[in-house]
Amino acid sequence: MIATGYAELLRLVVPEVIVVVTALAVLVADRLVRSASTRSRLIQGAAISCIGCVCAIASLLLAPQFATVYDGSLVLTPQTRMLQIALLGLTALVILLSTESKIDTHVGEYLALILFAATSTMFLVATQNILLIFLSLELLSLSLYVLTAFNKRSARSAEAALRYFLFGGMSAAFTLFGLSILYGLSNSTNLLQIGASIKGPSLNPLLIVAVITTIIGFGFKIAAVPFHFWAPDVYQAAPAGSAALIASASKVASFAIFYQVLAIGFAGADGSGDWGHYIPGWVPAIGVVAALSMVFGNLVAITQTSVRRLLAYSAIAHAGYILLAFLSHTQQSFNAVLYYIVTYALAVIGAFGVISVVEERTGGDKLSDFAGLSRREPVLSLCMLIFLLSLAGIPPLAGFFGKFYLFTSALSAQPQKLGLLWLVVLAIAMSAVSLYYYLQVLKRIYVTEPSSDSGPALTQIASKVVLCFIALTVVLLGCAPNLFLQWLR
Amino acid sequence: MLAWTIYISFLGVLALMLLKVSAQAARIIALLTAVAGLAVTIAGFTHLRTGMMTTIVRLPWVPSLGLEYHLAADGISLTLVLLTGIVAIAGILFSWNIDRRTNEFFAFYLALIGGVYGVFLSADLFLLFVFYEIAIIPKYFLIAIWGSTQREYAAMKLALYSFVGSAMVLIGLIAAYIVAGAHTMSLTELAQFPFPHHFQTWAFPLVFIGFGILAGLWPFHTWAPTGHVAAPTAASMLLAGVVMKLGAYGCLRVAMTLFPQGLDPWGFHVLGFGSWRDVLSLLALIGIIYGAMVALVQQDFKFVIGYSSVSHMGFVLLGLMTLNQIGLTGAVLQMFSHGILAGLLFAVVGRMVYDRTHSRDLAVLEKMNLYRAIPFAAVTFIIASMASIGLPGFSGFIAELQVVIGAWRTFSSYAVGTGIGIVIGVAYMWRAMQRAFFGEDDTTDEAHPLPPISMPERIGAVILIGSSLTIGLYPQLILNLVIPALNSPLFDGLRKGAWQ
Amino acid sequence: MSATPLITMLTAVPLVGALAVLGLGARNRNLPRAIALGFSVVALALTLALWHRFDPTIGELQFQELHAWIPAIGAAYRVGIDGLGLVMLLLSAVLVPMSIFASWHIQERPKLYFSLVLFLQAGLFGTFTALNFIHWFVFWELSLIPAFFLIRLWGGPKRASAATQFFVYTMIGSVALLLSFLAIYQCVGTFDFIGLADLARNGQIFPAVAAKLGWRSLSPDHAAAIIFLGAFLGFAVKVPLIPFHTWLPSAYAEAPSGTTMLLTGAMSKMGVYGFLRIMLPIFGVQVRTFLTPLLWLAVATIVLSAFSALAQTDLKRILAYSSINHLGYCMLAIFAAARFTGDSSATDKITALDGAILQMFNHGLTAATLFWFVALLESRSGGLRGLNDFGGLRKVVPVFCGLMGIALFSSLGLPGLNGFVGEFLIFRGAFPLAIWATCLAVIGLLVTAIFILTILQRVFYGPLNEAWATMPDLSTKERIALLPPIALMFALGLCPQLLLGVINSTVMKMVQQMRY
Repeated sequence: MIATGYAELLRLVVPEVIVVVTALAVLVADRLVRSASTRSRLIQGAAISCIGCVCAIASLLLAPQFATVYDGSLVLTPQTRMLQIALLGLTALVILLSTESKIDTHVGEYLALILFAATSTMFLVATQNILLIFLSLELLSLSLYVLTAFNKRSARSAEAALRYFLFGGMSAAFTLFGLSILYGLSNSTNLLQIGASIKGPSLNPLLIVAVITTIIGFGFKIAAVPFHFWAPDVYQAAPAGSAALIASASKVASFAIFYQVLAIGFAGADGSGDWGHYIPGWVPAIGVVAALSMVFGNLVAITQTSVRRLLAYSAIAHAGYILLAFLSHTQQSFNAVLYYIVTYALAVIGAFGVISVVEERTGGDKLSDFAGLSRREPVLSLCMLIFLLSLAGIPPLAGFFGKFYLFTSALSAQPQKLGLLWLVVLAIAMSAVSLYYYLQVLKRIYVTEPSSDSGPALTQIASKVVLCFIALTVVLLGCAPNLFLQWLR
Repeated sequence: MLAWTIYISFLGVLALMLLKVSAQAARIIALLTAVAGLAVTIAGFTHLRTGMMTTIVRLPWVPSLGLEYHLAADGISLTLVLLTGIVAIAGILFSWNIDRRTNEFFAFYLALIGGVYGVFLSADLFLLFVFYEIAIIPKYFLIAIWGSTQREYAAMKLALYSFVGSAMVLIGLIAAYIVAGAHTMSLTELAQFPFPHHFQTWAFPLVFIGFGILAGLWPFHTWAPTGHVAAPTAASMLLAGVVMKLGAYGCLRVAMTLFPQGLDPWGFHVLGFGSWRDVLSLLALIGIIYGAMVALVQQDFKFVIGYSSVSHMGFVLLGLMTLNQIGLTGAVLQMFSHGILAGLLFAVVGRMVYDRTHSRDLAVLEKMNLYRAIPFAAVTFIIASMASIGLPGFSGFIAELQVVIGAWRTFSSYAVGTGIGIVIGVAYMWRAMQRAFFGEDDTTDEAHPLPPISMPERIGAVILIGSSLTIGLYPQLILNLVIPALNSPLFDGLRKGAWQ
Repeated sequence: MSATPLITMLTAVPLVGALAVLGLGARNRNLPRAIALGFSVVALALTLALWHRFDPTIGELQFQELHAWIPAIGAAYRVGIDGLGLVMLLLSAVLVPMSIFASWHIQERPKLYFSLVLFLQAGLFGTFTALNFIHWFVFWELSLIPAFFLIRLWGGPKRASAATQFFVYTMIGSVALLLSFLAIYQCVGTFDFIGLADLARNGQIFPAVAAKLGWRSLSPDHAAAIIFLGAFLGFAVKVPLIPFHTWLPSAYAEAPSGTTMLLTGAMSKMGVYGFLRIMLPIFGVQVRTFLTPLLWLAVATIVLSAFSALAQTDLKRILAYSSINHLGYCMLAIFAAARFTGDSSATDKITALDGAILQMFNHGLTAATLFWFVALLESRSGGLRGLNDFGGLRKVVPVFCGLMGIALFSSLGLPGLNGFVGEFLIFRGAFPLAIWATCLAVIGLLVTAIFILTILQRVFYGPLNEAWATMPDLSTKERIALLPPIALMFALGLCPQLLLGVINSTVMKMVQQMRY
């Protein structure tokens, strides 16, 4: 714990400050050009935002390596830096893809909200203090609620946002409850000290309550079963950009902080989820959640006809896979989680980008709306192929290596006993099931003949460039995962 | 050098995807790519003659996990790479008439070939798995887009079965990786690692059956007839000819090499079985006889060939289970021989007959007097079925002979079963040939004669017949590669165990 | 080991010829025939050269060649001929040009037809010279396929079932043969005929079989009997012996005449050759064990086939049954000679086997010529070949009747023609060795005489059937073509030493080696 002055603190949070300033700049600039067309407002706003993100990334690269301030309020390590850069990158991609969206009013507000959400994610990954965790979570959630409801003309958008808000509010309450019990048990708001103080031979009943409520709270954020009920509606009804942000950056940050809380904060209460060697703790609880998510997410996704809902249920399933790595909570598993969630986020953003193009043309996101896409938009279809196959876990794409890394790290904690093998088997089996529904989308795109009333290509070059870039990144990270892994050291 | 087979194929894929070329140019690009691949293989033959695993490329890939980009080949790999090259070229020649979405067709085709080359050349198990999975998606699209009967259902069934099989393999591989210390996936190092006996007892059947699904192991073979029938000709040639061999190769190279003790006796008996070897050899035998008997009653010409593939792959799997040198050699030779012959049979049935007559029903074909209408197809099919029956002079005879001798040495009653399978094989081939080509009714419409056999088809047929004949008359070409490979240290674990 | 691989060259000639016909024969109708004839004449010349270089005084194998082929399964490329082999090669080399002449006017797909004939010849050459089972089996099967297609594609109205029957019977026999030899290989480790014969002489094969096969602990005798029966089946179908003969009449009748000439002339001899080369040396003890039933089978073949021939009205079917009958004599001689008599009766055995081999050649020549005549008759009569369709042809086609008469008498066994010598030697040799069987076989001679004379009477003599009053006689080309076989019939009838000289030493060695 180093007592620092404000100047020092400001220097450490320069990247976040840059993003906030960018958000304000966007608001102001948008005010100034209210009369222009939506498209040019969007482009202007996007340009400013991207410049801001790039500056923030630059400042991150120049920032000091390690720092810890104020009781763990801000913990900067190369890993957090890398995460923040990734989060900024994801945000920039979402903004770029939103330039084609149908937002017609409050353009500046839209982009500013995205940037605020980005700021909150940056704080979320850089803190180990439960107060700041909760604050960042709230900022993130509030931004996301509004972003979900942004399409004022759609009743479903509003309903989804309301549902999100109610669920979110309740789970925030649970989280706060759990965190406050932790404070009560340890007399500290720093995760490290909390972890140290709750170590004991047996589980305190209060600790059990804390574990359960924390899991509920964070489980909501990552859309794990049985806290997932908001996800399908939100994914389906929110505007494409918002949905992409929820599915990507918010998930990245939530997983990262969830891991920190469990692995560091609840370090003494882990327990074991091995087959036949059950010890109570958060590990078996997460194990159950993971198993339920994987099975439920994949099985329900099979029946979906709306591609957005399909992605929502697949997100639930992916949450299950990632939680697997939580169970072995080693450094390698944390790396695996990060690799997986970042590459997952990239693929999902790309998928939403393609979905928004299709919605633009056909007005819907049903499977039938994708029919014959490969004939009309070969580049876009190829990108979608890459994104969906990466989600399915087909090599040589990033999703495959991510799954492999997750599974090996889940098992390598106990090389001889292989206690978690039952979960890995379940995960692999469910991934085999997932190929079915991803292929359903790809089948529509590549195999089915297009319906006769297909219009000409409407896609802007900018979107195509961005999507190609994301696709190339996914392929690159899959073929040469070391590029990413060495950053995690 | 041999690694270029993979790279050239994928370069071909990129060229076909990115360049906007005419259909004819696409065909030529694809053909050149395949020929280049075969040329590289033959050049590689002259360099790698030791029979041991010789490294081609070895680069670290993900050092923190010990994964390497390691390509190597021994005699068995070379044999199968050669097979792939030959069947690939023939397949492209037989697809010369595809005129709908030609570029995409050949792009998927070359991607499949590249993946297959990769599997046969990988010496790092992670890399092998990567290539194995890469091969699944092009198969799906080839069948779903250009196939015939029930193509979407067949394609999905094939893709899911393959994926489930590979999922089983992945579980085994990850478990092996972790137990061996999680620092290498190299085939040679893992082959030497002493896995605990009880671990091998469950890991072996898991991985073997996982690969066996793709090899057509009974009763997981049901994707094969449906898939082969629905696929377009070139895809069926590749599927039956090469992709099923991927499964068998995996059984030999991964399951049997890494977990040789999995074949050991359990020490107790369940329903008369005392080891996984008993179970799997019985399944292989059932596959031989069942495939043959079902082929005997088929009304659809292509289904006859599809089930005959299941039957012939049964020979391969039985040969693997004999665990003696002659049986294993026979299994590898049968992989090569059946690859060529299945390609030829599907080419005749699919491309020469079906594309012209638009019927695969034997009752309909009987009336068309095909012997007179397309005599080249009739002669080719006659030669192919003779070879497939096991006529001496063609590659099938030597291969099946070795498997039968090998089987006789270890389980003599099974050898009788293989004999029965061969005899039924004669019967169903005979029946199909008689009905399809030599029907007595003649209601051919003279005003609309069938188109003659084109030059690419003739060249393709000659290539395949020539290969089978060459190996049939001079099998030493392949045996000189396979036998030293089987004697290499890689198979030490098998030798210490139940090997005879 | 001779320096030039004459036998390989000889076998290669018809193969190259077949490919040449396929490749080049598309221009006009005549080219395939000409090319085929050319190559078969080259083969004949090579065979004669072989005869010239052959040393008849030693009974050993000559012109041997040995190359490793597939050491992993004990298959080697091994060829060599002794007197028996040389006679068979001569027979094949002489018959094929005759067959090509007889098929000169084939209209449908001549290219394919003549290439199949040449493939068949290659198969014959290979079968008669190979000395390693796998090598031999390749050629054995190689001769089966062209024969099947020749029947199937150019045959008469019922060709489909005839060809299928032919194929199925022969295939079953071949499979049984293959299995037997595989069993032997498994236990003894070699496929080489000479090596196996040596082992058999020392009594080493069947104990090894019984030991290693472990089928419910069979005694060596029982194991031997099973394997013997398997191999026996393969050859018995080919000869054929009753009751495995039912494929033959339809096959001979439905096949085009040129093919029937080859079937009866050379392919049936493959079966007898197999008995001489493979069954006697390797399974000699088993032949002795089953001697009585085998002799009865031979007698049944002789007698029953002769009576069946008597009942037929289709000329080709008569001749088909007559073929079975004539080869029955060979089988009688072979089985009689296998009887164990110690050192005595060696001369009888030599006589019997000499007769058998001579009969093979003579019957091949005669039967082929007879079928040729039937083909000529058919072409003049518009496809009719029934016994009662003709009458008094002597008045219209005297030369034809004369020449066909010569062939018929040769088949009957008239002294002075070649058919007599073989039969005489067989009876002379077999009588002391198997009295009852030989006596019963005489019935066959009598019945043969009856049906041959019946043919002469019904077709050539008697009142002229007005339908054929304008039948043309043999053209000059046909007369020239028929001259060599007729001349050979006389030559071999008057001077059998031509062939006997070649085979005598070989037969003596064979008998000497049977002394176990």
